[in-house]
Amino acid sequence: MDALALFLQTAIQMGTPMLLATVGGILCEKSGHLNLGIEGMMLIGAVMGFKIGQVSGNPILAISAAAISGGLAALIYAIITVTLRGNHIVTGLTLTIFGTGVANYIGKSIVVPALPESVKAPFRSINIPLLTKIPILGKSIFNQSIYVHIAIIIAILAYIYLNRTRLGLNLRSVGENPAAADASGINVDLYKYVHIIIGGALCGVGGSYLSIVEIGWRDNLTAGIGWIAVVLIIFSTWDPLKAMFGAYFFGALRALGFQLQSIKLPFSGETISVPIQLLDMIPYIATIIVLVLITIRKKEENQAPASLGSPYFREDR
Amino acid sequence: MDIPFVELKGINKKFGTVVANQNVNMTINKGEIHAILGENGSGKSTLMNMLSGIYMPDSGQILLEGRELKITSPDDAINAGIGMIHQHFKLVDVFSAKENITLGKKDGLFIKGKELSRQIREVGDKYSLRIDPDKKVYNMSVSEKQTVEIIKVLFGGARLLILDEPTAVLTPQEIDNLFSILRKMRDDGCAIIIITHKMDEVMAISDRITILRKGESIATVNTADTDVKSLTEMMVGRPISLEIKRVTTDPEKVKPILNVRDLVVEGVGNQRLLDNVSFELSSGEILGVAGIAGSGQKELCEVLAGICRPKTGSAIFKGDEIIGLSPREIIRKGIKTSFIPEDRLGMGLVGNMNIVDNVLLKEYHNSNKMFMSRKGSKQISEQIIEKYDIKTPSVYHQVKKLSGGNIQKVLLGREINLAPQLLVTAYPVRGLDIGASYQIYNLLNSQKQDGVGIIFIGEDLDVLMALCDRIMVLSHGEVMDIVPADKVTKEQLGMLMLGHKNFDTEGHND
Repeated sequence: MDALALFLQTAIQMGTPMLLATVGGILCEKSGHLNLGIEGMMLIGAVMGFKIGQVSGNPILAISAAAISGGLAALIYAIITVTLRGNHIVTGLTLTIFGTGVANYIGKSIVVPALPESVKAPFRSINIPLLTKIPILGKSIFNQSIYVHIAIIIAILAYIYLNRTRLGLNLRSVGENPAAADASGINVDLYKYVHIIIGGALCGVGGSYLSIVEIGWRDNLTAGIGWIAVVLIIFSTWDPLKAMFGAYFFGALRALGFQLQSIKLPFSGETISVPIQLLDMIPYIATIIVLVLITIRKKEENQAPASLGSPYFREDR
Repeated sequence: MDIPFVELKGINKKFGTVVANQNVNMTINKGEIHAILGENGSGKSTLMNMLSGIYMPDSGQILLEGRELKITSPDDAINAGIGMIHQHFKLVDVFSAKENITLGKKDGLFIKGKELSRQIREVGDKYSLRIDPDKKVYNMSVSEKQTVEIIKVLFGGARLLILDEPTAVLTPQEIDNLFSILRKMRDDGCAIIIITHKMDEVMAISDRITILRKGESIATVNTADTDVKSLTEMMVGRPISLEIKRVTTDPEKVKPILNVRDLVVEGVGNQRLLDNVSFELSSGEILGVAGIAGSGQKELCEVLAGICRPKTGSAIFKGDEIIGLSPREIIRKGIKTSFIPEDRLGMGLVGNMNIVDNVLLKEYHNSNKMFMSRKGSKQISEQIIEKYDIKTPSVYHQVKKLSGGNIQKVLLGREINLAPQLLVTAYPVRGLDIGASYQIYNLLNSQKQDGVGIIFIGEDLDVLMALCDRIMVLSHGEVMDIVPADKVTKEQLGMLMLGHKNFDTEGHND
């Protein structure tokens, strides 16, 4: 039983950066903007969170730096796609390449890849009294870093925001039919800017989980997690609650890869371990399968925002 | 009443070098229904879009109850009590009626679903507008969508309601209903502006009429003091005949050419888009097709053009089965289709290509040389332009930059030029002004006299009744009836369109 609890705990941890990035991506896409720059924004957030944490020794400054740098990267994207009406796909891809370069460049100045205790300590797993007493799930869910809890709260808040509030309704209308939103007196460009930037900030915070809590900084730290988030957005049908399950499912696949590394298999008289490269493929193979499966669904509400990827200009005729 | 509710003074608006509105002056009073008449491109929609904040005038003044009002965004317009119902509805498809209605309203952070439904019913009851607040827009008929738009505008507290061609897609019964709602609102003190092409509707509903021609306001008249003929003359700028002739074809040219039996086309979820459709067509005959938008008209076109393969059924054209043939084989047999979708380009023409290349699209495969030659297509393009009086700077002009009417004439001209034996044309006058429409009707009539069998899918029942020989009415993909066009009434057609097969037989006597 302990092994299962531990596995679930690890799955949730490994899914947390994906969850933050996915919720960020959902907010952005709900405004009608497809941002393929998630990977880049995560890397920028990861390196800035780590760097500022190391220099200042202040955990709050570290997270803020990750959020602000992710948001600033998203601002570049917003200026190009909203105001200048650039192509979303090309701009997003460029943002990923740009973000990777910037992050690795800043990363060069990180000589000692370790954070001061003052930054690491607040993010260690903490036991929430009583709740951790629940068998299996208790420890898996509630004996976690504050990051994990924040991610869950953000996902739930995002769900309420999108589905229950007036602002969320307005946002969804912007992504579905900007002309309708505009005619209803909604400031379309403002909504787009705000949500693209919030989305970028969440991606930045997601990236910083990897560098501050999970791994530490190294080049290309995210290793495709941002791309999995792009898939999770579709997988979750743009629903932050479903994104939680998706993220933890893929977290479990990542965790599985690590677990299988230690298993030895008998092979023609010797024992060998499963090649690590094969294990690393698991989440991506699952991604392909998921992408095929989700094309089968037809329900109207589960589709992408109708104007996703197309620019809006009021006086277009 | 002394101070008009809204006054427009010297409004000018240009798009690039194109003048859309020039020195427009008009006044709208409280408690009146004010119609705006004008040909296509006369600037009616542009003018109204300036009132609703979509466009901003280059110069001129808008006065609201005597005070100058600057409208820089739709929000400004809504705050001033101006609500517009656009020709193409501005609704979010995946939202419910109430979500669309509350969109953009400033009333607390959270949406109070139940309270909202109650308020919607309240407003609805007042004007007998009935809508299920929780119904999704994608499940709605056109008239339901319009109801949502009207409630939305009323909900925003609008005192001036602008309707841009609200009747274009409604059945006669729905139009009557809409008009009675508008009258009720007028009697409540609302000001209403209605844009429409249809003269009889203008005469029926409006109190005053402003006529626009080439972007300028020509005159404002009291409806009671005018008639259709003088309105048309003011609109077009010259006298014009308003009669659509039903020409007779030399009986020798009338032979059965198309026999369609039991066509079934299924869409998503086995929903029948065409349901056992059967009909016959003779050469030299115009068969009209009437129906609410989305009743299977598009699918019928696609089957006859070979784009869509029906599940079952047959279509015999001059003794040969055409179901199963490729679009090109069908074209070679002499069946030409011109479908004018709402955006006017969609099927048939490539907007970014010039006229010559669009003609070439249907010509190039007749030559077996390795490289294409544009010579023949250029000649044909020049012929089409001359014959159909298409206004374009040159044959090498991009099609999408032409005006709507000219685009339609290019499409229809190209198809007719291929000397069809069967011409399928859907909405050929969609959005065209009176002058251009009559050119198209004459074109179809002369094709008919040459012995071409024509399937005319239309929206305007008056036109269908005047031009066609028989009218087939579709409802939910099913043929409700095929009736002689000179013996049917508009109301009967309306009932059939709504799916009532056995209408009151009293109306049937002739």
